[in-house]
Amino acid sequence: MEEADDFGKPKRIVFLTVGTTCFDALVRVVDSKEVKEELYKKGYTHLLIQMGRGTFIPTKSSGEDGSLAVDYFTFSSSIADCMKSASLVISHAGSGSIFETLRMGKPLIVVVNEELMDNHQSELAEELADRKHLLCARPQTLHQTILDMNLESLLPYPPADARPAVKLINQFLGFPDD
Amino acid sequence: MIWNTTILLIAVVVSLAVRVLYIIYCRFKFIRGKTQQSLSTLIILGSGGHTAEMLNLLTVLQKGRYTPRCYVAAATDNMSLQKARVFETSLVDKSEIEVGETAEFMQIYRSREVGQSYLTSVGTTVIATAHAVWLITKIRPQVILCNGPGTCIPLCAIAFLYKIVGIRWSSIFYIESIARVQRLSLSGLLLYKLHMADQFFVQWPQLQRKYPRAHYVGCLM
Repeated sequence: MEEADDFGKPKRIVFLTVGTTCFDALVRVVDSKEVKEELYKKGYTHLLIQMGRGTFIPTKSSGEDGSLAVDYFTFSSSIADCMKSASLVISHAGSGSIFETLRMGKPLIVVVNEELMDNHQSELAEELADRKHLLCARPQTLHQTILDMNLESLLPYPPADARPAVKLINQFLGFPDD
Repeated sequence: MIWNTTILLIAVVVSLAVRVLYIIYCRFKFIRGKTQQSLSTLIILGSGGHTAEMLNLLTVLQKGRYTPRCYVAAATDNMSLQKARVFETSLVDKSEIEVGETAEFMQIYRSREVGQSYLTSVGTTVIATAHAVWLITKIRPQVILCNGPGTCIPLCAIAFLYKIVGIRWSSIFYIESIARVQRLSLSGLLLYKLHMADQFFVQWPQLQRKYPRAHYVGCLM
């Protein structure tokens, strides 16, 4: 169910989210000419940036001149709606954003913030990338990642299952198996 | 005189050590044969993903066995208790629990805020620990569920102390966060190394290989 713009071209939205963090390096690189051109070449029509506590302001664009339409906001109570209507999500490496996107079955590029101290976030992004559930990049390598990306090769993320943990807890406490 | 005091001190330390080892290695003796209808449960919440993971676990847990439930979050964490309230209300709506069976929601002082100086952290940790003593004594949980936030350390430490002293047995279950793939969090490391958790769960196989006493339970998110 895709929306079409005035020219009947289906709307394909790239949604960028940094959660509650400040990740200027990522917003800057996504707002750069080369990345926007690359996304447009890949068939995306709109770029929506959720910039969180960032200080770098992207440039809005209506996209009338045959380029990506760009819009941005800081925070929203319904990030989920933005994700739902996106064809591609680019996200910081927060586990909340990652799993929210994966559960919706949206293609995802996770960008790790190298300025964070003790970057354990990258462990999760890299592990999920190894398992082919998402693509992982750094701000400097994002352009190349988008150039090379083959979203068809991504595997769906299996549904979460808390039953093994619950079974062990019940067993330890002596409750009978269900 | 000094000789007598020394012998007494040695005896106390040795007895304590034996008691701690007994608690750690003979946990099963305290559990088996004591299965009651339901166990009072303390659920420790943390900001961000921690609470989401915990609620995923609680959704599958048989509520009738783990009741009454008490949720504790850090004093500066507003979202977690709210999410827990929404969860408990949804249980009533789905008739999974009896009407009138209420959960409790409490807050605990944080040992240390992000970025707080380590010097002042000593003071706030003492306050948090004192608060933990009060909470554990008041709640008297038989089961403690936690998954990583620093808030769980004072509470688990006091509960463990109560086990050693013989006041109250709380079974402590620790589930390391899904975001921990290669290394344990500080809370996880403490609870694992000091044998404070009765059962220690990890969500990635790499961690189970590094920490063999942990159980690999797959992804909760």
